[in-house]
Amino acid sequence: MNDQRPVVIIIFVFLIGLVLLTKLFMIQVMDDSFIKRAERNAIQRVVDHPYRGLVYDRKGKLLVYNNPIFDLMIVPKEFQVGDTTRFLELFGITKEHLIESYQAARKYSAVKPSTFIKQISTNDFARIQDFLIDYPGLFIMTRSIRSYPNPIASHALGYIGEISGRQLERDSSGYYVQGDYVGLSGMERFYEDELRGKKGVKYKMVNVRGVDKGSFKEGEYDTASVAGHNVNSSLDMELQKYGEKLMMGKTGSVVAIEPKTGEILSMISAPFYDPNSLTGSEFGKSYTALNALETKPLFNRPIMATYPPGSIFKIVQSLIGLQEGILTPETTFACNKSLVACHNHPSPVNLFGAIRNSCNPYYHQAFRQIINQEVSSNTFKDTEIGLNAWREKVLKFGLGSPLGVDMPNEKKGLVPNSAYYDHYYGNGRWKYSTIYSLSIGQGELLVTPLQMANLAAIFANKGYYYTPHLIRSIDGDKNQIPQEYLTKHEVGVDAHHFNMVQDAMAEALYGTATRAIMKDIQIAGKTGTAQNPHGEDHSVFIAFAPKDNPQIAIAVYVENAGWGGRAAASTASLMIEKYLKDSISRPALEEYVLAGNFIY
Amino acid sequence: MREKDININRVDWITVMIYFALVMIGWFNIYAAVYDGQVDKSIFDTSINSGIQLVWIGTAIAIIIVIMAADYRLFENLAIPIYLIMLVLLILTPFVGKEVNGQILSIGVGSFRIQPGEFAKFATALALAKFMERPTFDLSKTQYQLQAFGVLLLPIVFIILQPDTGTAMVYFSFLIMFYREGLPQKYYVLGLSFIALVLLALGIENNLYLAGVIVVIVIILILLGKKTPQQIIAFSLIGIGLIAFTYSIDYVVSKLPQHQQNRVMVLFNPDLDPLGVGWNVTQSKIAIGSGGLTGKGYLQGTQTKFDFVPEQHTDFIFCTLGEEFGWLGSLVVISLFVALLTRLVFMAERQKNRFNRIYGYGVISILTFHFMINIAMTIGLFPVVGIPLPFFSYGGSSLWSFTILLFIFIKMDSSRALQLGRMG
Repeated sequence: MNDQRPVVIIIFVFLIGLVLLTKLFMIQVMDDSFIKRAERNAIQRVVDHPYRGLVYDRKGKLLVYNNPIFDLMIVPKEFQVGDTTRFLELFGITKEHLIESYQAARKYSAVKPSTFIKQISTNDFARIQDFLIDYPGLFIMTRSIRSYPNPIASHALGYIGEISGRQLERDSSGYYVQGDYVGLSGMERFYEDELRGKKGVKYKMVNVRGVDKGSFKEGEYDTASVAGHNVNSSLDMELQKYGEKLMMGKTGSVVAIEPKTGEILSMISAPFYDPNSLTGSEFGKSYTALNALETKPLFNRPIMATYPPGSIFKIVQSLIGLQEGILTPETTFACNKSLVACHNHPSPVNLFGAIRNSCNPYYHQAFRQIINQEVSSNTFKDTEIGLNAWREKVLKFGLGSPLGVDMPNEKKGLVPNSAYYDHYYGNGRWKYSTIYSLSIGQGELLVTPLQMANLAAIFANKGYYYTPHLIRSIDGDKNQIPQEYLTKHEVGVDAHHFNMVQDAMAEALYGTATRAIMKDIQIAGKTGTAQNPHGEDHSVFIAFAPKDNPQIAIAVYVENAGWGGRAAASTASLMIEKYLKDSISRPALEEYVLAGNFIY
Repeated sequence: MREKDININRVDWITVMIYFALVMIGWFNIYAAVYDGQVDKSIFDTSINSGIQLVWIGTAIAIIIVIMAADYRLFENLAIPIYLIMLVLLILTPFVGKEVNGQILSIGVGSFRIQPGEFAKFATALALAKFMERPTFDLSKTQYQLQAFGVLLLPIVFIILQPDTGTAMVYFSFLIMFYREGLPQKYYVLGLSFIALVLLALGIENNLYLAGVIVVIVIILILLGKKTPQQIIAFSLIGIGLIAFTYSIDYVVSKLPQHQQNRVMVLFNPDLDPLGVGWNVTQSKIAIGSGGLTGKGYLQGTQTKFDFVPEQHTDFIFCTLGEEFGWLGSLVVISLFVALLTRLVFMAERQKNRFNRIYGYGVISILTFHFMINIAMTIGLFPVVGIPLPFFSYGGSSLWSFTILLFIFIKMDSSRALQLGRMG
């Protein structure tokens, strides 16, 4: 029997070999999950964050840059203090602070770096830089935060912040990871792809304690980061600064556009906030504080607030009437105050007089003719057809839908259609007498200040506009900007109809906005006063100048400032002067505007 | 010393070559395990383990020369004294040794330290050979069985006291030699059944299946046996006892605190506690598993080098091989071990006296056990026990003791022509 036993032992040894090799084959060849687990173990992906693009104004003045901030880091295991007194003096900390910080770092990890002193100023950095070599285990880590040389245009420029979980979920590009900074509002958000640049990546090896063991495969797979594109905004820094000075202490919007291009020269949302407060480590705290304020400084009024346009809408009504052939410059109506209230002016008036005097009854009667063209003998049906046809023409003026400005969250406003009234009154249960308020820009009509400014640009251009935008060039190249901003939009009203309207707008200043008149620059404008059931009326003014060669179209909307001829027109006039002449010749008017305090 | 004692032609060069192949591959792997690309030290640098291992290899060669030059009768004559000296050293170790991680394994002066537990292996193999070579010695008889186990049990008891359970377990490997020398097969069937039972009772959720298997085994045993009523009753009682035993194992385990239960269950599922008890085995499997078919390339491994695998140059040296040379590398090394063991069986069988053969099987037993358990634990087939991979793992005591163990047998084999046949 023993003769078989050596054979049994050999078989046993072979079996062991077979079992081991089979199991090894299973984990080494069949199962590739271990390869990934090994990589997760030992290969650390270190992202090289790119330099975010800078933002300049239209004249090349810096609006947004990256400010390096310095954190002093400590690796406790390597740290040696030597002369403690000298150390404390150099870094300007107390002994208790040193011990506390060191122990906190030690508790986190003996070999991984942690922050020792946060955000050292550039001055302190320069001072300690040369001495760092004496202290092993200490090094400087540089980060950069967005900074603003002038605390202006916060809403237009927007801010960046850590990407939210929801955004990460929606991100289909796969570019972002937790902790990445991303443009959250304004241009920062809209031009995120251009500004962010391209992340680089370095693969480095780490041991079980996370200690850096050099680059993986001599950096074969490493890529360098690519800095973001620098952009020129169309904003005029000096104009923006001046506008914000004028709007100090007020609630409202100012939007100035270069009519020939649609470039936004100034975009002010008041009250404003210092864009420097929403950067770096202060972001969370500041955001919460700003968000809690009743004045809603974070609310971007020029594109998010919607108001009834008021009397400025009468220009649109005039142009539609002219184009339709329903109105001619000679069409005359009596100022019949039994139809709708008006102020005292000569009556009857022709179209010119109606614009100049902002005559409400005139438009009540003119609008009835636009709406009720007796297409149907049923007056309800006729109104419905007329309203929808009219609405189509109004929409061409860039109203009722977002213009498509290069900022997120633009509101569309409202130009009601028949379905809107059907919803409230029922089909066939409303007619002209229900909707006549639309004739004078009241009622259900809602527009954003940006849309108002765009109207001014249309009037200046005699019938076309470019979608208003904040971008002027990317890396100095104007053709790199989104194509939609280079596309001309016609409003469907012949240019010659605008001549009389422009004349009337220039005259209108003498009727309703005398404060806006300038001696040497002819301004064409129109006031509006939007009724506010909650308090003082809102003050509205749109204008363009110089009348014969418009360089600037502007809308000013000041909440609770009363009659439009006062606060809004004065502000617009000063802005125009600032932009066209770069100086202010009417200190009294400036004083008057600055003194106005309409914040509620 | 006579001239004809050293007969180069009679040395089994196949075994010697496999030995040197394993030692050299081991040495390269030790370098890979401690290699740090940022420091870039030479394999010969004695400030790192590969350099020190080279010193051990050099001294091992000196030991080989001494063994080969010695009188072939020396080992037989000194078998019992060497065994007794080792026992004394084992007893002394806990009192004069140096404590590392709660274990006292080594004794010595200054930096020269040896682990008696390692050297006691060949001493026990020699002593058992000497003890069992008597013509009257018959392992099928209880009285001799008890004697043999007695010789084996003494070092086991002292090693457990150190405590070094892993090394103590090695001595059970002599069961392979006992098997060759005639220990009845039923013990192996019973023993393996018992081990299988414990593992199955813990590994299988429903003990009912296990009870069924036991019933089937009992029936087979009865059919193979003498079929006397007494034996049938005895086997049946054993079967019932075993079923009760399986249920009691689960009961005992369920009464243990949770962390101890985990420690038991981690044998069956290392993912249970990958950062705690399962860490070694999880990291070891990641290292080996990430090697793929051909490996990451020499010195290109990341898991062993960067300390993810503990003890990567000693007990877990196989990880470095698996990671950097992949399955093909594993195939080469495992084949070398299987070839060595097969060759040793062949050599043992050609011995002319019982002493040589028994010692040869002692060598086979120890090497088989180390080879099997060490690699099995690195890939999660066996719980982690601290025993080295022969000729491979870093460490002087380990390399020396395996070298002595093997070359005493090579010496015996080369001198077999001089010996009188006195097979029992």
